[in-house]
Amino acid sequence: MDLHFTTDVPTDDEREAIDAVLGPDEASSPDGAPRVAMQNRGTPERRSLVLPALHALQAREGWISPGGLNHIARRLGVPPAELFGVATFYAMFSVEKRPKTVVHVCDDVVCRVNGATEVAMACRERIGPTHEENEGLMWIKSPCLGLCERAPAVLIQKAGRGRGNETLAPATTEWIRASVEDKKLVVEPPLLVGPATGRRLLARVGVVDPMSLDAYRAHGGYAALRRAIDIGPSLTIREVKDAKLLGRGGAAFPTGVKWEAVAQQPARPHYVVCNADESEPGTFKDRVVMEGDPFALVEAMTIAGYAMAAEKGFIYLRGEYPLAKALLENAIAAARVRGFLGDNVMGAGFRFDLELRCGAGAYICGEETALFNSLEGKRGEPRNKPPFPASHGLFGKPTGINNVETLVNVNLILGMGATAYAALGTPGSTGTRLFCVSGHIERPGTYEVDCGTPLSRLLEMAGGVRPGRTIKAILLGGAAGGFIGPNELDLPLSFEAARERGVTLGSGVVAVFDQSVDLVDTLLRIAQFFRDESCGQCVPCRVGTVRQEEALHRIAQKRTLGTLGDEVKLLDEIGQVMKDASICGLGQTAASAIQSAVTRLKVFEGGA
Amino acid sequence: MSTQGYVSVDAPVRMITMDVDGRPVKVREGTTILEACKTAEIDTPTLCYASNLTPVNACRVCVVELEGARVLVPACARKAEAGMKVKTDTERVRHSRRLVLEFLGSSVDLSTASKSTHEWIATYEANPARFGADASMPPPPAASAAGETASHDRDHAEPGHHASPDVSSAATVAQAPKLDNDLYMRDYSKCILCYKCVEACGDDAQNTFAIGVAGRGFDARISTEFVVPLTDSACVYCGNCIGVCPTGALMFNTEYRMRKDGTWDESKQKVTSTICPYCGVGCDLELHVQANEIVKVTSPADNSVTSGHLCIKGRFGFSFVGNK
Repeated sequence: MDLHFTTDVPTDDEREAIDAVLGPDEASSPDGAPRVAMQNRGTPERRSLVLPALHALQAREGWISPGGLNHIARRLGVPPAELFGVATFYAMFSVEKRPKTVVHVCDDVVCRVNGATEVAMACRERIGPTHEENEGLMWIKSPCLGLCERAPAVLIQKAGRGRGNETLAPATTEWIRASVEDKKLVVEPPLLVGPATGRRLLARVGVVDPMSLDAYRAHGGYAALRRAIDIGPSLTIREVKDAKLLGRGGAAFPTGVKWEAVAQQPARPHYVVCNADESEPGTFKDRVVMEGDPFALVEAMTIAGYAMAAEKGFIYLRGEYPLAKALLENAIAAARVRGFLGDNVMGAGFRFDLELRCGAGAYICGEETALFNSLEGKRGEPRNKPPFPASHGLFGKPTGINNVETLVNVNLILGMGATAYAALGTPGSTGTRLFCVSGHIERPGTYEVDCGTPLSRLLEMAGGVRPGRTIKAILLGGAAGGFIGPNELDLPLSFEAARERGVTLGSGVVAVFDQSVDLVDTLLRIAQFFRDESCGQCVPCRVGTVRQEEALHRIAQKRTLGTLGDEVKLLDEIGQVMKDASICGLGQTAASAIQSAVTRLKVFEGGA
Repeated sequence: MSTQGYVSVDAPVRMITMDVDGRPVKVREGTTILEACKTAEIDTPTLCYASNLTPVNACRVCVVELEGARVLVPACARKAEAGMKVKTDTERVRHSRRLVLEFLGSSVDLSTASKSTHEWIATYEANPARFGADASMPPPPAASAAGETASHDRDHAEPGHHASPDVSSAATVAQAPKLDNDLYMRDYSKCILCYKCVEACGDDAQNTFAIGVAGRGFDARISTEFVVPLTDSACVYCGNCIGVCPTGALMFNTEYRMRKDGTWDESKQKVTSTICPYCGVGCDLELHVQANEIVKVTSPADNSVTSGHLCIKGRFGFSFVGNK
């Protein structure tokens, strides 16, 4: 196969940034050759460096230039047109020249009721309209940045040698100015977590230095891996099964069953992957775990690798989490140095290593098969299932993929034993769960409660709504979840109770809205979110999310086609085809919050 | 066993039985639900499916109800299994097929799509106009000139951002046709994003990789790198993308010009089968002739030599026939 290139060549700076990721360039064909003969398209593992290379180019130059793209394409043996398709899939990459500093202002459902409008106004005053450069600066609006407990949130993308992305929350104009001027920010904002009592998964968060492996070990770290090694892989899986751990990413699949299925696959190699692409609007619990207790995730991944006979693991981290990235990088490096990762883990004679990979602004990559494609350096489009990841996952090999919170539960299970763990919570939902409480609430943050705790108790822990306010609606499970009304606060926070009531706990989002919220405005933002985040592969979701948003805007502007009832029926029909015929969970749930607002909150009864 | 003649070395094919609309259907193991539907003589609409390409199951118009599955499944890609129970004519199936056709009909110009597409729109009583006061195609912007870098908003849409919807009409993919070379044109106003052209340009046939899917969501589009004209891209003008395009978004320039002039008339065309005169492979050609001129060249998708695919000579190298 020949690769064909345009005449664009990289600058020395671009070449240096990319080669720092891909290694020295020893190829015989220089940049600028119109055709390069390829023996083959390169190994899949090599191709998986596409995203790290694009990140390196974006971070150095502030955009994906034609010359830089050609250089990556040539070095990885990927056709430029295909690589362009990958680069244009992600919101954090730009294929148009951009200033080196771009301010992303979150205006998603939680931030927009907690000061995002004011931040946006300040940006408009000082920088100008969105998407337009002004004196080396640009600002754009962003979907949820996963900092909802400290809303309003801002991500500042800073390109150039020695610069790096930064998140600010709560964002003030002073902070934004300091950050864009590369002034060192003095304090790292606190990790807001609930009361210290009853914290198991969060026991070390905010207590133990997240940079220190010694501190981690002094607080019980690596006892779980030691126990796993003592009992062996199959009994480790048995413990996870007996603990009846259900996945915390949203789908609630039994983790032990998944692990066993992967372990039993004859094909080799096996992989383990951590889905840390936390992007569901209103979700931030995984970030809190990774920022507060990064070694716990490294240990849990090592246990997963040991149990499922994988020698390699990947953590796919949301691209908008620079602090978690730095802390995980430190944790992986420290674990490697001290023999907790590598060729002979803990001297027990098994090999396991971890790699951290970052997403680049695409909610869909939290869907497990889209995540595999993204990791493999392809567009983050979901695959059709079956086959399932347990047999055909990353690089087409058997893969165990779990959410961050699910994984750190394994440390807990091995530490306290399956029987004791299973006694926590309810018979159908064992253990504790992390909830992301945000919105119109006194003490927003990550709260750990036993499964089955009533929602009202959780809200009490978070201080309830502000004085003089009353709850109008609660968004449970994020944009892919649904709304409930103030009459449903007795809901026990367990999988089975949620299922029975026809709601989902999803990724643990509890976004509270008091009577000051404009619910139609919230629905418009959710519809916009799905229209923006659809990968575009299948028709029901690609066009359905557009038609859904249009119908809501017609309702909001009182320009309905026919009666309001006709539009509500149209929304229902659009929702039905998305739910029934979309390839993946994104399309299948793209109407669920909006439908729940119609049916449970009666949002359009008596007019919009 | 005879030592003379042909001996099959393929593994023996097992037949499995499944249930389609209450009837038992026997199909070869490893085949799809779509094949089972064909065997049962049930018409199943398909748009992104092609017998000579890997199924991408993106259009979802072929969905069926599979007992035990939470959501509908694509017939074109889902492997048939013994004992499967499939229903193809339930209210759920009809609803999804109708809405998919309405979604496409309201956002894409289907005027040159296959005859069967229009038949399915009628069968499923799809009404694309229901999403906007006037969802018919707005007049397309003027064609971008040859050689000039095509510029249109859709080609430069940013992932994760879009303008607030205009409530007076339904959004479409309307844009200017791309006329940047002498042989064929690309009118992505007619593109349903079935991925067929990308597959034919890539792994499934040509291995040229001149085009890919770029962008995301409703702004996803077929593009060269940085939207460069085909003449600056890897394109080798095999025209296999035209061969697989189900909607006429990709078209011979001859056909495009004749349609524009109002002279294109398939009822006056004669299709002559022949063998390509150029090299020793011996590809089957179908010459579409109108008024004694070759206006288009195709190859049958089920042909064992070509699988429907040709090269630049077979596809476009016919002007010598008229001794011009």
